[in-house]
Amino acid sequence: MQQRTPIQEQIDLPFVESLRISFQSLKIRFGRSIITTAGITLGIAFLVSVWTNNEIGLALQESGRQSAINTFEETTEKGISTKDIWLIVMSLIVCVVGIANSMLMAVTERFREIGTMKCLGALDGFVVRLFLLESGFQGFSGALIGALIGTLGAVLLGLKDYGLDLFFYFPLLPAQPEDGTMQLGVIVVILLGCILGMILAVIGSSFPAWRAAKLPPAEAMRTEV
Amino acid sequence: MADIVVKTEDVVKEYRMGSNILRALDGINIEIERGEYISLMGPSGSGKSTLFNMIGALDRPTEGQVYIDGQNMSQLSQRQIAAFRCHRVGYIFQSYNLLHVRSAHGNVTLPMIFAGIPEKQRNEKAEQLLDLVGLGDRMYHLPDELSGGQRQRVAIARALANDPSIVLADEPTANLDTITGREIIDLIKRLNTDQSVTVISATHDLKMLDVSDRIVDIRDGLVERIRNRDEIDIEVGEVGGEGE
Repeated sequence: MQQRTPIQEQIDLPFVESLRISFQSLKIRFGRSIITTAGITLGIAFLVSVWTNNEIGLALQESGRQSAINTFEETTEKGISTKDIWLIVMSLIVCVVGIANSMLMAVTERFREIGTMKCLGALDGFVVRLFLLESGFQGFSGALIGALIGTLGAVLLGLKDYGLDLFFYFPLLPAQPEDGTMQLGVIVVILLGCILGMILAVIGSSFPAWRAAKLPPAEAMRTEV
Repeated sequence: MADIVVKTEDVVKEYRMGSNILRALDGINIEIERGEYISLMGPSGSGKSTLFNMIGALDRPTEGQVYIDGQNMSQLSQRQIAAFRCHRVGYIFQSYNLLHVRSAHGNVTLPMIFAGIPEKQRNEKAEQLLDLVGLGDRMYHLPDELSGGQRQRVAIARALANDPSIVLADEPTANLDTITGREIIDLIKRLNTDQSVTVISATHDLKMLDVSDRIVDIRDGLVERIRNRDEIDIEVGEVGGEGE
């Protein structure tokens, strides 16, 4: 058998090309992207609202203004009740599961697309990078909206409980009261919510994307959801 | 000496389904010459699509070797396999496999993006190719806005984007009506003759018989027989006669 020119190695694409493809994909799939992003928004909104509510409670407690309206029965010496911790942990779990599920579904329904891209010459790493970019952007924007909605919810709830006092003692920035408890402040909570949403979205999508990218294209294209 | 572009040596493919092992290919040996139009024929489940996947480096054989252009495919790195899929082969599928988020033009440019071709050049080439397949006026439509035949034309244009030496077509007419199917077959045949592209098509469409140089009949994962063009002509007549 005659040997023609040897097969070269596939080249890496510039980052800007990946960015362009992933944004185009988000744009055209707008409706579906919104639903996936909404999953992230809800998870983070829930977490941030519970967390911010707790921060507000702590700040007001610190100021000595909340004793009359504290509805929690098991307030500990440090100010955080076991019920608060329970709520935060639960909301965190709901958030993790919700986002992971949204991203898993969003990637799994695109296995055929991943297989097709590999048929056309995409490297495994390129496919994963596309999904990483898409999910990172979705994660960040979804989480930011969620964090703002969550904060708004907590503020409205706080207004009902504490009235306008809330704004005088609003825990915007981190603080370390004398009793040694650490108050993160609402800004840090929002920031953490955004980071968490983004990380969860990226992990939730890059794992199935990596798995699909590793499959031979024929198998990826056979996968039915 | 014939210029062999594809050669398979005792290719075996097994699929594990639970505790059962399904032997889809049971030792396939074929040689395909450059510029040939080959049809892999056989009923559903005969293994023709599996063989198609092996030749196109879309799946790995369990045993045996596949040589393309004299290169043993099992010895290639991942990067080389990606480059092989990108430059050497054009794929056409039964279900088109277009990316829904990209227009016809966007689908045709994608393999050229992977090949690192500059934007201006790839846009021009995509326009040329879409013109060639008769879709010059629907270039910026999304696949969902195109008919089955038009989608398959986009897939053909995309398959040709990086001037492959082999076009692999897996049941390209299965989802199309008779007339559209005929048009697609003629288009693929034209590429085969005009551009000397080797065409390997898995099919059970009898219309593909009379454009093929050779037909490889696959049954139960084995090559049942290989027929040449002259033998085919007689049989097409018989098939036509039976149908009337």
